[in-house]
Amino acid sequence: MVEEAPPVKARGLVKRYEEVLAVDHIDLNVRAGDVYGFLGPNGAGKTTTLRMALGLITPSEGVIELFGRDPMREGARALEGVAGFVEAPRFYPYMSARKNLDLLAALDGDGASSRIEEVLEIVELAPRAKHRVGGYSHGMRQRLGIAAALLRRPRLLILDEPATGLDPAGMRDMRLLIRRLAGEGITVLLSSHQLPEVQDLCDRVAIVDSGRVVYEGALSELRRQGGAGYRLRTTDDERALAIVRAQAGIEHAITGAHGLGFQAQESDVGPLTLALAGAGIGILALTPELATLEDLFFRLTENDHAGTPPSAGPDEGAPTTAGAPASPPAVAAATQRTVEIG
Amino acid sequence: MSAVAASPPAGVQARAHPRRPSTLTVWRWELRKLAAQKRTYLGFVLASIMPVIFVVVENIHQRGGHRDNIFAAQITQSGLATPVLMLLFLSVFMLPLVASLVAGDIVANEDGNGTLKTILTRSVDRGQVFAAKALAAMTYAVAAVFLSAAVATVAGVASWGFNSIRTFSGTVVSAPEGLLLVFAANACYLIPLLTVTSIGVLLSTATRNSAAAVVGTVGFVIMLLIIGQIPGLAGIHPYLLNEQFENWHGLLRTPTDWAPIAHSAWVCALYAVPALLGGYLVFLRRDVAGG
Repeated sequence: MVEEAPPVKARGLVKRYEEVLAVDHIDLNVRAGDVYGFLGPNGAGKTTTLRMALGLITPSEGVIELFGRDPMREGARALEGVAGFVEAPRFYPYMSARKNLDLLAALDGDGASSRIEEVLEIVELAPRAKHRVGGYSHGMRQRLGIAAALLRRPRLLILDEPATGLDPAGMRDMRLLIRRLAGEGITVLLSSHQLPEVQDLCDRVAIVDSGRVVYEGALSELRRQGGAGYRLRTTDDERALAIVRAQAGIEHAITGAHGLGFQAQESDVGPLTLALAGAGIGILALTPELATLEDLFFRLTENDHAGTPPSAGPDEGAPTTAGAPASPPAVAAATQRTVEIG
Repeated sequence: MSAVAASPPAGVQARAHPRRPSTLTVWRWELRKLAAQKRTYLGFVLASIMPVIFVVVENIHQRGGHRDNIFAAQITQSGLATPVLMLLFLSVFMLPLVASLVAGDIVANEDGNGTLKTILTRSVDRGQVFAAKALAAMTYAVAAVFLSAAVATVAGVASWGFNSIRTFSGTVVSAPEGLLLVFAANACYLIPLLTVTSIGVLLSTATRNSAAAVVGTVGFVIMLLIIGQIPGLAGIHPYLLNEQFENWHGLLRTPTDWAPIAHSAWVCALYAVPALLGGYLVFLRRDVAGG
């Protein structure tokens, strides 16, 4: 049985605009069934990368393939089974939503026009389908963008900030829809600024900064690398802090408004509780906390990447970091942030 | 969004050979897009209002007597003189302007609005999109020319009758034959006009700016008109695009003089083929990052 090419595979992808290096040797591996988060601050090169994926712009170097096909060489054929939008979805404002979908279905062929009613129902635009898109709100256009993508019966859905500009209910609905599509087996490549959304939806992520991938791999692995932190509330935090700091295997103990925070392996926590009990200090709460995606994102994109080389071609499955997310000071920083936020 | 309740729309099974749309389908949708835009009708109004104004003014003044142009001299004798005169007047500037209104806009407008990326991420190749857009712009130019001719013919015949007419060589042709010649003359005029359209499509693709492309196309025609007036450049006159605007004169002679038409065909090809090829190559290779 021949193994199908991965939905997205980029190697050494570079995009230069004269002096500006927008994308700097990016490698990506999106596997079938992934809900893959593509994160980075503004100007990190996310949208440029997605444009290259969809064949809208030509890479200066490197290659990006969708199901093994290069959009630059194979044109529309490379986009078979692929749908989505880059930046905000755009439509003809002087035509109705239905007419816009009629047009796009005609450009899709393959019986796409028979799915128009269905996708309009899914995004709940059927009652407004006869209205001109020019009068649509931002959220309605985003939903129409999803509808247009679903017309193609995609196996890979590329969404660039789909929840941007949506109200809370719209964001929730968008999240539900993406989760449901992923549940149907559609691979989703999701670029987003909404870190909780990514944390909620995605199983694998790539974090880019200044055109480079600073992390690619499983979200759970990234969070694990971020280190296990603990929050502790006792009957006497001041004395407890001294004991915590004296305990072997405990690092980066600090106090905050809501108790103590420290970092430790689970095996070192047991002796700590005994030591606290022995000192007559009661434990009110001891809570393990993983670093949040937000913590790790800021650490990777604000502090630790400077001067680091771009990631080498990642081993399939193994996380790739170009920064130093697992180094003790960085871990401590993430843990500390967790404790302080908590 | 009924994210939970609705039935799944998207099968995830790979389909071996999805049927892809033809260029004809893309072209039909380009025409529908044109038909849905108000600005499209501005050109049609310009093309059709001039003959009406001309006929109204001629009716008011009712000037007779000697005129330099043989068709102007027959204006009140045969309604068929009107479309010929209109073609003579409008061919130099107005109809190229009308053609360039759409040709200069057809790619640049979509680039600016971001809809180009929408259609280029569907199942059609860039070459198909470019071909469809160029064909749509040409279709519009053809429609504008024949609309103008039809309005001029109807207005002229309504005012002065469906009568026989004398051609450039003085031969009198019957009204039906005259009508046929009028529309054949307009068809011949399409050769240089479609060349102007091709240049408009090139500029629309290359500049990504509708206004620049429209002005650039009209400016190119004006530039050639000025060059044609420069003393000492008479040698290049036969090769100027604007000189081909009169290629249809040969049809209104007896016997028919095909030489100007054949000449204009290859001269126009010298302008149109590089323009279309250049536009095509730019469109294939360009980065679509607008919108």
